[in-house]
Amino acid sequence: MDFISILSIFVLACFVGYYVVWSVTPALHTPLMAVTNAISSVIIVGALIAAGATGSASATWLGLAAVVMASINIFGGFAVTARMLAMYKKKDK
Amino acid sequence: MDHAAPPAWATLAYLVSGVLFILALRGLSSPASSRRGNRFGMAGMAIAVLTTLITHMPMYTPDPAMLNSYVGPDINALAWILGAIALGGVIGIVTARRIAMTDMPQLVAAFHSLVGLAAVAVAAAAFLDPAAFGILAKPEEFMDPVEYAKLGLINPVSRVEMGLGAAIGAITFSGSVIAFLKLAGKMSGAPIILPLRHVINLGTLTAILGLTAYFVVDQSPWVFWTILALSFLIGFLLIIPIGGADMPVVVSMLNSYSGWAAAAMGFTLSNSAMIITGALVGSSGAILSYIMCRAMNRSFISVIAGGFGAESGAGGGEAKEQRPWKRGSAEDAAYMMSQAESVIIVPGYGMAVAQAQHALREMADMLKKEGVSVKYAIHPVAGRMPGHMNVLLAEANVPYDEVFELEDINSEFAQADVAFIIGANDVVNPAAKTDKSSPIYGMPVFDVDKAKTVFFVKRSMGGVGYAGVDNDVFYMDQTMMLLADAKKMCEDIVKSMSGGGH
Repeated sequence: MDFISILSIFVLACFVGYYVVWSVTPALHTPLMAVTNAISSVIIVGALIAAGATGSASATWLGLAAVVMASINIFGGFAVTARMLAMYKKKDK
Repeated sequence: MDHAAPPAWATLAYLVSGVLFILALRGLSSPASSRRGNRFGMAGMAIAVLTTLITHMPMYTPDPAMLNSYVGPDINALAWILGAIALGGVIGIVTARRIAMTDMPQLVAAFHSLVGLAAVAVAAAAFLDPAAFGILAKPEEFMDPVEYAKLGLINPVSRVEMGLGAAIGAITFSGSVIAFLKLAGKMSGAPIILPLRHVINLGTLTAILGLTAYFVVDQSPWVFWTILALSFLIGFLLIIPIGGADMPVVVSMLNSYSGWAAAAMGFTLSNSAMIITGALVGSSGAILSYIMCRAMNRSFISVIAGGFGAESGAGGGEAKEQRPWKRGSAEDAAYMMSQAESVIIVPGYGMAVAQAQHALREMADMLKKEGVSVKYAIHPVAGRMPGHMNVLLAEANVPYDEVFELEDINSEFAQADVAFIIGANDVVNPAAKTDKSSPIYGMPVFDVDKAKTVFFVKRSMGGVGYAGVDNDVFYMDQTMMLLADAKKMCEDIVKSMSGGGH
């Protein structure tokens, strides 16, 4: 993809983010932070590329370290969000 | 080998995972749809990871010396990668299971620091092995492609993206580490003010931007590593002077940065999943910081400039007059509240510190049994991160439809029989409405002074809230101070209600 199409996706995604986040109820702002944390670990894509490449040994190790860090965040972030969301209950009856 | 052009199905798969991430956030618009949203998020992540593993499967490099050398997936390297994912997964899940809900702000800060560091590692790896990331500059037609490739020159646009990604990642990392230490109480929450800090900070920021620009013409390693080092430093310097109660803004801001770091790396890799996610997370954090700043009536700049709460000496300079106040007991509170028709509870950070949420909910249950209407009123900046109080109340099994936001409930204090303030202070201070000289002037506050009776649970009359401002509510005729640990006080009220009622 050329730079302009990537930039277009980015700018449009910023607008989508703006409207979606304003619609999040304030009661769920803590789970919002936890889940954005988990999804920002999509950076693991870059880490996997580095870890699987053979061009430079130090790059491979940096990649593996980044895979560990991003995985902590992915599993931890989604798990803690699920744990929090399970606690939000409506009034009985 | 051209890594820059992934197969079309992979590009589509990344797009799908980006859309699933949007749906994950969209689900949070109501607690009912939120769990499904979270599953969308997990699916999106799984798609992104699998797609990358398939398109970038580690391969044996064929050895030209051996004729029949094996060509195919490098099982050993793949095992290392899967092992790294498993290791991270176990650490993450165990942490998520064990963490106490009151410690959620620290956990989020710690997670942010990991995203930041991972972004730094990815950027550094891309710098060391640009060919693997498909960001090598294309040779001009008159150049010899083989000789040119030996130079290993990186695409100038990619250099900027990589430099920015590394810088934002490093700031996120060191800033989050400081925020974590402050939130976990391992470092004083008081602002630490360095002399000339604005000059130092601006100088460092300018240097980072200047070096990133210079990186375009000179990709020497020293430029890259200096950008990184300066960015680690500035993250540290930026958060050090910010005090504990401003942490909701800081945590949201770091959340935003972690998103922009992911977006910058997404540009480097031309990966739509990363760009969409980065933009979502970036705007999410920015909006949360804005909401927090608005709730404190402070500008983002003044929070970031830091030092709030350090100069409390200026306001309290004149001799403090001793004003009369009334002390109440658990029995008084139990009696008055069980006779009331409606009670509004205002929880604050003190409730989290005392872990009083369960005892508080028990108290509310007793009151409801007596036919009292009980509601909770939550200020946007109560606690140490956005929505902190809501999670604690949810943990204590308080139904979310009994919990109200500032704008929705503020008019009801005038009709309420009792306002029960537990661990909050500045958010109920009427000085914010009337006293122009007060440091919290203009901050939206709860009109607890309009309630018929006010119970103020507080450890002692000594401390006067984070902003260091005296609170007129203490001295009102209808106020009774309940001086005790918040949890102990709620338990005593429950005891006295169950003892006296039957």
